[in-house]
Amino acid sequence: MNSFQTFSKYVARMLTGALLVSSAFISSLFAFQAGSIPAARLIQAEDLVKLLNGSGEKPLIIQVGSRLFYLQAHIPGSEYIGPASSEAGISQLRKRLDPLPRNKFIVLYCGCCPWNHCPNVKPANDALQAMGFQNVKVLYIENNFGIDWVNKGYPVAKGE
Amino acid sequence: MFALLACGIAIAPFAPAKLPNNPGNSRPHPLAPDFALRDLNGKEVRLSSYRGKVVLLDFWATWCDPCREEIPHFIEMQNKYGAQGLQIIGISMDDSADPVRYFYHQFHMNYPVVMGDAKTAEQYGGVLGLPIAFVIDPAGHIYARHIGPTPPSVFEKEVRLALQKGTSAPVK
Repeated sequence: MNSFQTFSKYVARMLTGALLVSSAFISSLFAFQAGSIPAARLIQAEDLVKLLNGSGEKPLIIQVGSRLFYLQAHIPGSEYIGPASSEAGISQLRKRLDPLPRNKFIVLYCGCCPWNHCPNVKPANDALQAMGFQNVKVLYIENNFGIDWVNKGYPVAKGE
Repeated sequence: MFALLACGIAIAPFAPAKLPNNPGNSRPHPLAPDFALRDLNGKEVRLSSYRGKVVLLDFWATWCDPCREEIPHFIEMQNKYGAQGLQIIGISMDDSADPVRYFYHQFHMNYPVVMGDAKTAEQYGGVLGLPIAFVIDPAGHIYARHIGPTPPSVFEKEVRLALQKGTSAPVK
């Protein structure tokens, strides 16, 4: 191996290392996004279940996470929009909700990851806030949808 | 610190899955459900074709922070233990292959990544949170299961044990 090849290999390794470090740094910057949602904006699972079982106004429930998760299990009546961490997901969210009155009761949820690692609920909540929706709650899911909803025996639907 | 916090969360059990998360116990380990899924080049990857190897099956997604943080360790493990019989397989839970393909090349991933589906996820007890990983022994039995971020040292220890065990895994 000549010196140029050795140097190229060294540079490639350095770049890979830098990429990994910067990725970890970016991850840490975004890691607590969901954690910055004010407590008053959150709804606990048991309170949402009471709402669903009650006779009062039912919220529009929007899943802003993975489609494969939604197909396996979702809150009955909820709508799949797509990951709000992507531009496509946010566009879809805006498109779906734009025609609705700004006092519409809306619940957002994801449950893809532990709460402080969820990349989806914060951008979705911010988008709705920017659109002027005043009656929005975000479902607090501490670990993931499997542990904190399905395993607790709360109502679940499958498929599309 | 983030990792430590996340690991504290990770040990919570996921009840519906009747799968072990206690490697090395004396109870029979269930056979890992077989699957045939397409990799990023459209080629079929069938789990049962890796019989005889220790397989680390990683359910992940590009948008999942803790998943992304585990990938460099998996790459390292594949390099370190591949010749001894370890095969890592990533099952992406992304909605489309494009971001996965981009990530795969950016991170120089050195093991196959297939696109997951709901059926396979359900066969593994439901994948309703990420990351989830399974260590499968050479006989095709699930040796360990991890929900949530897991320290690399834990995976490495289990892989070494599974490699040492060879094909003498308990039969269901």
